[in-house]
Amino acid sequence: MPMDGGIGASTKRREDIRFLTGNGRYTDDINLRGQAYVHFLRSDVAHGRIKGIDTNAAEAMPGVIRIFTSKDFESAGGLPCGWQVTDLHGQPMQEPKHPVLADGKVRHVGDPICGVVAETLEQARDAAEAIVVDIEELPPVVDMRAALEDGSVKVHDDLTSNLCYEWGFVEENRQAVNEAFEKAAHVVSCDLINNRLCANPMEARVAIGDYDPWNEQHTLYTTSQNPHVIRLLMGAFVLGIPEHKLRVVAPDVGGGFGSKIYHYAEEAFCTYAAKVLRQPVKWTSTRSEAFLSDAHARDHISKIELALDVEHNFLAIRSTTLANMGAYLSTFAPSIPTWLHGTLMAGPYKTPLVYVNVKAIFTNTVAVDAYRGAGRPEATFQLERVIDKAARELDVDPVELRRKNFIKPDQFPYQTPVALEYDSGNFHATMDKMLEIADYANLDKRVEESRKKGKLRGFGISQYIEACGIAPSNLVGQLGARAGLYETATVRVNATGSISVLTGCHSHGQGHETSFPQIVADMIGIDASQIDLVHGDTANTPMGMGTYGSRSIAVGGSALVKATGKIIDKARKIAAHLLEAAPEDIELKDGKFSVAGTDRSVDWAEVTLAAYVPHNYPLESMEPGLEETAFYDPNNFTFPSGCYGCEVEVDPETGKVEVVAFSAADDFGVVINPMIVEGQVHGGLAQGIGQALTESCVYDENGQLLSGSFMDYTMPRADDLPVFRIDNSCATACTHNPLGAKGCGEAGAIGSPPAVVNAVIDALQRAGHSHVAHIDMPLTPARVWSAMQK
Amino acid sequence: MSRVSMVVNGREVSAEAEGRTLLSAFLREGLGLTGTHIGCDTGQCGACVVHVNGEAVKSCNVLAMDVAGAKVTTIEGVAAPDGTLSTLQQAFQDHHGLQCGFCTPGMVMSAAALLAENPKPTEAEVRHHLEGNICRCTGYHNIVKAVMAASGQAVSSLGVAAE
Repeated sequence: MPMDGGIGASTKRREDIRFLTGNGRYTDDINLRGQAYVHFLRSDVAHGRIKGIDTNAAEAMPGVIRIFTSKDFESAGGLPCGWQVTDLHGQPMQEPKHPVLADGKVRHVGDPICGVVAETLEQARDAAEAIVVDIEELPPVVDMRAALEDGSVKVHDDLTSNLCYEWGFVEENRQAVNEAFEKAAHVVSCDLINNRLCANPMEARVAIGDYDPWNEQHTLYTTSQNPHVIRLLMGAFVLGIPEHKLRVVAPDVGGGFGSKIYHYAEEAFCTYAAKVLRQPVKWTSTRSEAFLSDAHARDHISKIELALDVEHNFLAIRSTTLANMGAYLSTFAPSIPTWLHGTLMAGPYKTPLVYVNVKAIFTNTVAVDAYRGAGRPEATFQLERVIDKAARELDVDPVELRRKNFIKPDQFPYQTPVALEYDSGNFHATMDKMLEIADYANLDKRVEESRKKGKLRGFGISQYIEACGIAPSNLVGQLGARAGLYETATVRVNATGSISVLTGCHSHGQGHETSFPQIVADMIGIDASQIDLVHGDTANTPMGMGTYGSRSIAVGGSALVKATGKIIDKARKIAAHLLEAAPEDIELKDGKFSVAGTDRSVDWAEVTLAAYVPHNYPLESMEPGLEETAFYDPNNFTFPSGCYGCEVEVDPETGKVEVVAFSAADDFGVVINPMIVEGQVHGGLAQGIGQALTESCVYDENGQLLSGSFMDYTMPRADDLPVFRIDNSCATACTHNPLGAKGCGEAGAIGSPPAVVNAVIDALQRAGHSHVAHIDMPLTPARVWSAMQK
Repeated sequence: MSRVSMVVNGREVSAEAEGRTLLSAFLREGLGLTGTHIGCDTGQCGACVVHVNGEAVKSCNVLAMDVAGAKVTTIEGVAAPDGTLSTLQQAFQDHHGLQCGFCTPGMVMSAAALLAENPKPTEAEVRHHLEGNICRCTGYHNIVKAVMAASGQAVSSLGVAAE
């Protein structure tokens, strides 16, 4: 049994109390004295040249303070891209400038043209209506294939084409892969689309800029997953504000899922305008604006091919993808279809040869970047779809085809042909467990029962492996990252023994305020209620990289283990002094330091008090105080893995798909708080099922977003989802971090879409629709019904 | 602008409002009750649900002036004055029915209205009732569990999480 509040305990979340009573403090809940409001006038066309902006009438309207245009940002830098990909010719990607306000051209619907600042939001909105923008409309390029054609309209006039880069991985293996395909006994291929998504955290983005002339200090309150990254990017690259004059605060944040990683124009605008106007400037995104200005995600067109020998061993994988970047490069956009996608293309299988080719393309749509999973869902979708298709074409059991090709438990560490070295995993175990909790053995009976009701039942499997805690910094630097990827923790022990943990990670739903103290409580043996977590404010936390990519426990938690270890080392020396014993003879158990083999001991609080009131203290050999910081830079990724099973019923009359059961057996390594981990899986599964069945960002040929509200962009509701069956018992510890933890935030969204699609195809095939080999997501009733009619 | 009065969480309150001021904005900006959240602009997400004269309503779909004189309960008025959580709030914590917390006020207010009229709902009834509240974090699994548990029903059949 884990200790209550320690590692492995399902400790209830302390942050829940404020959220359940209306006492959360989200960015929009903050109102500063004398604040003004900004409303952005955004482009309503996808592509056009700005011939003139007339703000005269608007400026005369009630309450208007100032109207900003691109002229006001001439001395500012563009919004920076944080990852430079090198193409297959060794050349850097094409990197266009991304101005804070549209400069010369508008490049997508929603591109901000003017920032109207007024005393009230209503006045700002009213005034924006009076601005006359003379735009010469240009034909937009929305379709990725059209964007690559010779003579296509260019999104950026100063680039040679709409191709950001063509990436080949591993380029040296290309020929060998092609040869393997030529010699293969079987080749199975699948053309598929990974549908464009919008993360849609329930809290839309908010930014409040403030400037204090007293200490020449800028403050930005923002809905961010990584306030230190925003401080660095905005301060150094956009506004030229040194870090010690810039504070970024991300208070309670209502979900992120990746979309709040990036540095957005509105943040720079509010920070800058607040100084110019000498008053706080607040922007609150409406949901309609969020659809037009938040980074979208996925949007890949891919061809995946699998070569097999006569015994159905996988010989080679070839993947070709067109990846939409949108009109500008969002902060981490170039890394998603490359290093977070190509490196996962071996999956959990021992395929000796893999080649991945990606063309990243500019279009007149809003920027595309990471969203829960980021590249790994796209890789998993390709693999698990083509393997399912192969099983059907070769008439073999999809379970057995996977099992036969799995990397075996005794083959770890396993070097894949796409750069990664998997440290641990047991794919056979998670598959067996999933089949057990899904009651796969009795599937045929359930199919028959559904048939009697007039429903088509099917079962789909998806086995995934993913990579979290992207690192080490020096390696990712070589791959083009313009940031480090360590994490930090400061453990500040107070005189009476309570502890403040300061972290560079950020919690926006993950429950860090509960789980991080569990680690410290466990290591020292004191009650977790004595430990608080401080996060989300660059003024009082160490420089860290924030929360995304399922990295917080694996990387931030490991930093915390290191910092706590330093605390314990020093506390042990203080205890040894107090007990007049040698440090190596001191044992720490349940918050008590004792001399081994004796009954002499001192409590935690006696040691901490001695550190701060050092009357009886070895001052000649040790500084007083008890506060330690650690930076942890992992030497490898972590590799969560697992097996998902989706069971669906399809209504043959309407094509409507109902997910009747979903079973997940995951390997997250060591789990700190099982309750929180299960909740993370539930949420990931819901988003993956949403992608598979209902969600899609749709632009028309004019570049107008057709799915711009919750009425058109349909996320799962409570009655769209089943009870989830979750199991975490097949854990294999991460071998290279001190916790053994792998990360759990994205797995659900990575592994589930192919399970759903495979299940629907299975249901249709079982019912005799043998021509239906693939349906593109989202599997709406119309698409499923149409597929059945052919 | 004119002065609008109502009883919010048992207290007589009044604040200035325009004809176009929504109840959600009146609560948040006029009264500083920021527990009621705005998650969309089309009446879809339910983060702004409050009770007006005992009925659950989306406060972004109601003009403040239209509910002048009404009894309004927001998430701030649900726990006991000493801070003790209601049975439903406690069930949300016990069963991990919230993550980022943004949809939570609306979820709690919607679920409370359900339990007031249907004290022992089935799982299907809970899911159907919560259709107007979007949660992006939990997949609803633990929300459904929390509501069932708050109604005094066994939830062991709803998965193994956090018993």
